[in-house]
Amino acid sequence: MNEHRREIMQNVFLTYLPAKKFKTSCLSAQLVTQLDAKTASYNALTPSVLHRGTVRCPDMEQLSAAMDRLYGAQVSPNCRKRGERQCIGFVGTVIDDCFAPCGERLLEPTAELMGELLLDPVTRGGRFLSEYVESEKSNLIDAIRSIRNDKRDWADRRLMQEMCAAEPYGVSRWGDEDTVKKINNQKLYQHYHALLSRSRVELFYCGSAEEERVTDAMLNALAALPRGVEAELLPMQKLAAPAEPRIITETMDVTQGKLAMGLRCGSDDVPAMILANLMFGGWSNSKLFLNVREKLSLCYYASSSYARSKGILTVSSGIESKDYDRAVEEILRQLNAVQRGDWEDWELEGAKSTMLSALNSLGDSQGALENYYLGQAATGQDESPEEMAALLRAVTPERIRAAAESVTLDTVYFLRGKEGEA
Amino acid sequence: MKTVTYPRLGETVVWHTLPNGLPVCVVRKSGFSRKYALFATRYGGMDLRFQLHGEWLDTPAGIAHYLEHKMFDTAEGNALQELAQNGAEPNAFTSNAMTAYYFDCTDHFSDNLKILLSFVSVPYFTDESVAKEQGIIGQEIGMIEDNPEWQVYKRLMQILYRTSPARISVAGSVESISHITAQTLYDCHKAFYTPANMCLVVVGDVEPEEVFRTAEEILPRESGPVIPRDYGAEEDLLPMEKETRCTMEVSMPTFLVGFKCPNAPEGEERLRNNTIGDLACDILMGDSSALFARLYADGLVNGSFGCSYDLLPGVAYVYAGGDSNEPQKVVDAILEEAQRMVREGIDEDYYQRVRKAVFGTTLKALNSFESIAVSAAEGCFNGFDAYRFPEVFDSITKQDLIDFIRDNIVAERAAISVITPREAQEA
Repeated sequence: MNEHRREIMQNVFLTYLPAKKFKTSCLSAQLVTQLDAKTASYNALTPSVLHRGTVRCPDMEQLSAAMDRLYGAQVSPNCRKRGERQCIGFVGTVIDDCFAPCGERLLEPTAELMGELLLDPVTRGGRFLSEYVESEKSNLIDAIRSIRNDKRDWADRRLMQEMCAAEPYGVSRWGDEDTVKKINNQKLYQHYHALLSRSRVELFYCGSAEEERVTDAMLNALAALPRGVEAELLPMQKLAAPAEPRIITETMDVTQGKLAMGLRCGSDDVPAMILANLMFGGWSNSKLFLNVREKLSLCYYASSSYARSKGILTVSSGIESKDYDRAVEEILRQLNAVQRGDWEDWELEGAKSTMLSALNSLGDSQGALENYYLGQAATGQDESPEEMAALLRAVTPERIRAAAESVTLDTVYFLRGKEGEA
Repeated sequence: MKTVTYPRLGETVVWHTLPNGLPVCVVRKSGFSRKYALFATRYGGMDLRFQLHGEWLDTPAGIAHYLEHKMFDTAEGNALQELAQNGAEPNAFTSNAMTAYYFDCTDHFSDNLKILLSFVSVPYFTDESVAKEQGIIGQEIGMIEDNPEWQVYKRLMQILYRTSPARISVAGSVESISHITAQTLYDCHKAFYTPANMCLVVVGDVEPEEVFRTAEEILPRESGPVIPRDYGAEEDLLPMEKETRCTMEVSMPTFLVGFKCPNAPEGEERLRNNTIGDLACDILMGDSSALFARLYADGLVNGSFGCSYDLLPGVAYVYAGGDSNEPQKVVDAILEEAQRMVREGIDEDYYQRVRKAVFGTTLKALNSFESIAVSAAEGCFNGFDAYRFPEVFDSITKQDLIDFIRDNIVAERAAISVITPREAQEA
């Protein structure tokens, strides 16, 4: 149960975490929407366009000036993918009131600015300004294209596109270039209006202010938020792997090949699966790290991650193109070791204590807390970090083995360098 | 032992120099579960030529970084593993001027600190293990060479400087690291991993006395000498070449412009110089400058644009860049705006708000244990107290910024590095 979260307006939830140890306060306002190929680009574009200007501060210079006067407060647009949800909005950080050199109150004006950004954009004739929309479209297209620049990201992205082609999860958080190109200021403005009135809103605050003051500041900032019928959020899909894994190879002029593998987990035992993933490739002494990297020097990096809301496990690795077969074989051999229960006590203990320590220190970072609670709220999970820690402590080796057994290879994506082909 | 309180930052720091000469700094953070320790040596990618036992040694490019990788090996196995088994998250980095080893943990802090101090101070290499690492580091070098941001920076440094080791990549090249042997690693360890050339910083809710006691117990009783090093002849302020271009697998052109600046002195003057440089960058072309707003509105830069002032051993420079379809236009606009500012002065209201913003941003950085520890170590190696930034800040005037811009942001000092997309691109 998340006892920090409550509804303060119709379908608007505030997660309030009091803390006096930080230099800053963190505020966030996020719209939780269904991830969908048709709307993803519209959603992704919206916060960037809103961030170009409000009625009070109609251009970037005036917006920056307003933030500078709040001691460099940052209210940044963002767009995140959490399971099959796309979350868009603003995250703000401002120095905590107790460090304001002249004793100013900084929470209220920062919340107000965030509300303005969300609800009061500069418009002309009932539309966003076309110059803002066009310039943010081109930034978004650049961002989509630039995934190519980081070959690791590119390989991981291509894997998801191929493996989840039939699921919302295969959609990128930024949508796609063709859809972005077709957006205009009128269509985007209509989309934005529907989005505002129909989305659930998740608010977050962490800092030294009292709850009542925070609630008032948020209610005040969002007083003009329209509330209509909530848009439907589809249940997350969990698919099985195909009988034969799909193998995709592409070529680019790169020095190092990138190998990305996607696997499906049949088991719903989330805590056991979390530990299975950590031992396999999720912590600094994982089987992938110690064997594939350290012992065999087969790659520079090799790690795995587990997306619990989708039951998907992915492996990401950088290898020499000639080592492709050996690397795939060795990675699967390490998975098999976890499935057979072939691990030393220290591996499980290490994986567990890394995870417990991560949960325990979540409270030391406002950004991590915001991200954690948003992820929970977006994907319909509600255990606190403490509750998750207790669940992990109770996991037995047998449950880990059983969870790992349910993992099947779905898709292998390999980005091969042009030189040194095998 | 010296306890210093910084009321404007809400921090208390305990400094102590051990009898062996090691400076230790403990930043107490009550209410946090995390505990963080950083053990650093003033030795980085630029320290290639130095004197050991009275003789000058030239070592291969990339050796400090190579040494960092090999330090985790111990006679018993591997320190990374030992720390990870305690639930700690260990790691290390090598920069131009520093190599640092650190961990982050919530439990077993004292045990973890002992492991950190001992594996960094006791080298253990064999020819076999040194040879094996070449594969791993070779892969790492391959990976960074594919990174456009790294390429554009490396190429800038290579045209900005003639002889300074700032031209050399911290990781070296596959060729240069092939010359590294167990013996060269032992020599470098002996030269630089000695208490008087190092610094230990601990951040978290820990007892300072206990940290000092542990360090005294684990580390050598005496320090070796602080050895002379050579960064090459002092360079003039004109870049070696004005422009470098290459093509890569990128989606749009990316660029960096560099402006050569005079080297800064040691001590608090260095902190002041650094702050002036950063403030001048922000005033001229930072996120809330008129110049940035104009360039952004005209589509000449996007959110990737950034600028900063960097101080390395013996050299200093301003750099600015990001993705742009017309890099030269951006550079021209920067130069023009610099001239205008020098001519017309800085608007008072604008100046005050940028100061406020920079103050807030610097304060915010104190949320991060990493940045607290790294800035304390940097201060320690360069003779300043990083937490005196509010006072240093107060001492800076508009004229300081105008002087900085007038002297440095000029066409003669500038060089530009550009990476453009390859012609043929697959989808």
